[in-house]
Amino acid sequence: MEPSILAQQAVNGLILGATYGLIAIGYTMVYGIIGMINFAHGEIYMVSAYLTAIFLAVLHFFGITSIPVVLIVVLVATLCITALHGWFVERIAYRPLRDSNRLAPLITAIGLSLILQNYVRLSQGARSQGVPTLLTGSFVIPAGSGVIQITHVQALIIVVAIASMAVLTFIMHRTSLGRACRATEQDRVMASLLGINTDYIISVVFVIGAAMAAIAGVLVSLNYGSFDFHIGFITGIKAFTAAVLGGIGSLPGAMLGGLILGLSESFFSGFVNTDYKDVFAFALLVLVLIFRPSGLLGQPLVTKV
Amino acid sequence: MRRLLLHPLVTAILVLILTAPIAGLVLDGYTFNLHWQPPLGLALTALILHLVINLVRAWRSAQGGAWSVTHGPIPVPSHPALLRTFRILLLLSCLVLPFLLNKYWLTVAILALIYVLLALGLNIVVGLAGMLDLGFVAFYAVGAYGYALGHEYLGLGFWSALPLGAFLAAGFGVVLGFPVLRMHGDYLAIVTLGFGEIIRLVLNNWTEFTGGPNGVRVAFPSLPGLEFSRKAKEGNIAFHEWLGIDYSANHRIMFMYLILFLVVLLIMFLVTRLKKMPLGRSWEALREDEIACRSLGINHVTVKLSAFAMGAMIGGIGGVFFAASQGFVNPTSFTFFESALILAIVVLGGLGSIPGVIIAAIVLTVLPELLRDFSDYRILVFGLAMVGMMIWRPRGLVRARRPVFQGRQG
Repeated sequence: MEPSILAQQAVNGLILGATYGLIAIGYTMVYGIIGMINFAHGEIYMVSAYLTAIFLAVLHFFGITSIPVVLIVVLVATLCITALHGWFVERIAYRPLRDSNRLAPLITAIGLSLILQNYVRLSQGARSQGVPTLLTGSFVIPAGSGVIQITHVQALIIVVAIASMAVLTFIMHRTSLGRACRATEQDRVMASLLGINTDYIISVVFVIGAAMAAIAGVLVSLNYGSFDFHIGFITGIKAFTAAVLGGIGSLPGAMLGGLILGLSESFFSGFVNTDYKDVFAFALLVLVLIFRPSGLLGQPLVTKV
Repeated sequence: MRRLLLHPLVTAILVLILTAPIAGLVLDGYTFNLHWQPPLGLALTALILHLVINLVRAWRSAQGGAWSVTHGPIPVPSHPALLRTFRILLLLSCLVLPFLLNKYWLTVAILALIYVLLALGLNIVVGLAGMLDLGFVAFYAVGAYGYALGHEYLGLGFWSALPLGAFLAAGFGVVLGFPVLRMHGDYLAIVTLGFGEIIRLVLNNWTEFTGGPNGVRVAFPSLPGLEFSRKAKEGNIAFHEWLGIDYSANHRIMFMYLILFLVVLLIMFLVTRLKKMPLGRSWEALREDEIACRSLGINHVTVKLSAFAMGAMIGGIGGVFFAASQGFVNPTSFTFFESALILAIVVLGGLGSIPGVIIAAIVLTVLPELLRDFSDYRILVFGLAMVGMMIWRPRGLVRARRPVFQGRQG
């Protein structure tokens, strides 16, 4: 095996994994705080991809072409509107059913993901959309007899992913909001007795998750350039796999799971078979859930009577 | 008063911000077109909806408390004679139906019956046993491909494929059931979803065996020695010659409808009986409280596996009929959306209620045919209905009737 090809696949896998990890944060935080999977999270990611293209088009329309300005404005605008979508999902699908059985919010979330998917399809049309290439050029690193190529967009993905993880970790561990989030996660009733507005905190968690998915959506759209209204489903499941792999409920776990999934998927499709790469991801998901449901960094769940 | 008017206004503004980019700025290549009506319309709808909800709430609290909602089980109605007449009439009309319908509506009726089967199957797993199975379509696919590939490679006919497909699907159900025994709710949902997708992706990618996206051709069902073609093959008799009537392409579909109808009746009978048997009672008990059940000595392994196997078997039968009625199967019929649709049927029918699920299956297959003009909005409406039902009528449109044993008074 050519070492440069191996290294190139590893780089591709890490970049893929970083985006999975960003989306996985939404799953893992929501699961940590209310113990439920946010089935509509993949669609939130899909919405953010559309928003990226729309805001790029709007900026282009107003003649703003400076690349740093465009990137920052698109990132911030997409993040805000996507976060609002996250809040909306919680408000519609989860809050009215806070005290019902566990099946009900799952079903509303599936319903909501159908709604989001078809709302986007009906508004934007069924054909796949694209974003123009903003950043061209790449870093070329010689390795062995070949070279490793990292495009500027890929470098941006890594930088932004690390930065947003750092910001999130800071928020969760150094601010009063983060402390309230962690308290609610540990014991919702106790937290509310101590004066934390737990409904508000749960909304905040959905918003943070959606914001992370939005960052991933912007970055992936800039990298791949094309998307359609279907992408949320498959990416959502893969990100969920990453969250489970790393241990659901754990923030570093989500990132770690994302990186492992991205790497293994990249190696699998590079060296084994491209057709079955989704089967591989699903099989990994099923196997992890069966043999190590607490994941790599998660704590085992104890059922209390 | 402030709550009553201000909150809807805030909602409308939020909806406007939310929908303005996606619904208002429609991408056209790398540029966009401005459509200002959809976001405004959506915001206005949200305003009115929220206002109505608030008014209803205010009116209710002015009435002094909630409406007298009857909680608890509804007793089984006590008009056996009336009910029996109604059932016989319904049965007869269903039997006469194929002779009145044209080919198009016959196909729709067959599809509706297939969905009734699927919904009855999923109802056992989700409605009765309380395990959210998002990969139910896998069993449907196993049944359909079991028949298609059995016909292709082993020369199986419809009548041997029917039990075989059912057993094959039940086997898959048990295989899937084993690893997920310890799981609950969300994890179970995700694993079953993953399983369903794996099956579909394998069917799609294993081109040498399954034909991949090109699919497999399937033979239409026939009776031994009889054929539903204009000219029978050597040694067989054509159906219309046997009866001495003119040839019509509809005969085959009518025949299909009648077998399917009988199978649906049989399954309905089976499920209704099972529900009252100890096994069915254990399913429902396990749904309500697993820990209590296990401490009372119910073997959760067999109970859960039997629910999976029964549900899968019915799904497999549905699949065999689907393959037979289409004459062709390919993996696009077995996407996650199909699972979500069957789940929507079960949810709308009221989890666990057999008549409710049947009605929902028929309504959800026939209604889209009637409303062809709105077919784009079909899935959107399904999603809205799923959300709305769970919030306002979590027990479904038709509530499950449970026998009530009243203690003797006095």
